[in-house]
Amino acid sequence: MKKNTQIAWASLAVALAAVGCASVPSVAELNQLTDAVVKASFRDQGAVKVDRITATDETNRACSAADVAGQPLNEKTAKAIEEMNLKAIKWPSNGQFIGDWKEGEKIAQSGRGLTWTDKEGSANGGNCYNCHQISKEEISFGTIGPSLYNYGKIRGVTDPKSPASQAIVTYTWGKIWNSKAYNACSNMPRAGHMGILNETQVRHLVGLLLDPKSPVNQ
Amino acid sequence: MKTASTLCAAAAFALCTLPALAQKTASQGIDEYRAMLQDGNPAELFEAKGEDLWKKARGPKNATLEKCDLGKGPGVVKGVFVELPRYFSDTQRVQDLESRLLTCMETLQGFNVAEIAKTPFGKGEQNNVTALAAWISAESKDMKFNLSQAHATEKNFYEVGKRLFFQRGGPHDFSCASCHGEDGKRIRLQDLPNLTKNPGDGIGFAAWPAYRVSNGQMWGMQQRLNDCYRQQRFPYPGFASDATIALGVYLGVNSKGAKSIAPAIKR
Repeated sequence: MKKNTQIAWASLAVALAAVGCASVPSVAELNQLTDAVVKASFRDQGAVKVDRITATDETNRACSAADVAGQPLNEKTAKAIEEMNLKAIKWPSNGQFIGDWKEGEKIAQSGRGLTWTDKEGSANGGNCYNCHQISKEEISFGTIGPSLYNYGKIRGVTDPKSPASQAIVTYTWGKIWNSKAYNACSNMPRAGHMGILNETQVRHLVGLLLDPKSPVNQ
Repeated sequence: MKTASTLCAAAAFALCTLPALAQKTASQGIDEYRAMLQDGNPAELFEAKGEDLWKKARGPKNATLEKCDLGKGPGVVKGVFVELPRYFSDTQRVQDLESRLLTCMETLQGFNVAEIAKTPFGKGEQNNVTALAAWISAESKDMKFNLSQAHATEKNFYEVGKRLFFQRGGPHDFSCASCHGEDGKRIRLQDLPNLTKNPGDGIGFAAWPAYRVSNGQMWGMQQRLNDCYRQQRFPYPGFASDATIALGVYLGVNSKGAKSIAPAIKR
């Protein structure tokens, strides 16, 4: 492990000597060095494998680079990433967008799943309350994302099955399934796309947000 | 308080308690809980243990750590914490406090530090490393962070740390910045410091090692970063690995001028 890093440093030193500017490495060299440090530093633990961070997709790579540079993606790249993610959305196989809000509330409350201390194969939570206000009753909510209290009510959804509600129902499914389809570098996970939640769980969350009987819309 | 509850029992219980509850919101209750945490810090017990360990002859070489060079010369403890991680010419590496302690435990005491690095947190020699870190950090209490960026490797580590901080990955696409990239955010009720800049005295990098009330454990910075990565759904960062040290450089340099309160007490 240590040896790998030392090799990485040695090769960086060689690279720097070659370009003749040992004190100011280029962005590419620093990126390369970071990759070497990552490879040498992280290891598999249980179900969590290193390729989770070494084999990330184009979306994450572009957004990480933009964050490091301190500049948002240019419009063209952002659009391309959004289109790519939009195309990848799986819409409900049975045509049903609205599930049971009571189940949705449980999924929204749960932050479990996919860490190296979680039991493999146990149900994942949605982590929703970590970042969003959702129902009024739950006061322990995070503020990284916008408040979703009255989400459906504010958008005038009185009958989620009506044609008038179709656009917002579709968007809500899409946003939960793959947030990056609508905002390339959104902080929000791509719950369906990345396999955090399954179709049934996403359906319950859409119900939590849009069912007029859900506490969200009271 | 005892008188009040006796009165409550004597009178109608509900009538007595309900108005009291109504006056206090849940978040006020949480604020009170946090204030209560400041009354006493069990980290002091770990500091005492750490100081003993520093002066005690241990390991295959039966030596103390009193000649350990933490950056200001052999045996100097005061003020070293707020300048770590830094570059050490003898190991030709940038090292944080815990990494440097391993070096001293190896060279002075003859411990097999590869074994210690592999030992899970809270077990065996790891507990001793944590106690030592608690005491050494306490010796720099109220001092301001001032990490060196003079050596080229220190500068490179800052740049690597910055890239790690913004590295999105795992099933949730999380980076450190997902939670720690903006002011005034929180997860559930937990306030999140913005670690892309100096978050202020005793906040973020300037608060660890810390005693955690919720699980009754003393954590060093290595364990703090390890658990961040766990919650980020990232793979396991090796103890004292370059990734964790580079992140420490990024956080520490950003915290320049912030007063250290380590070892702190946390929820």
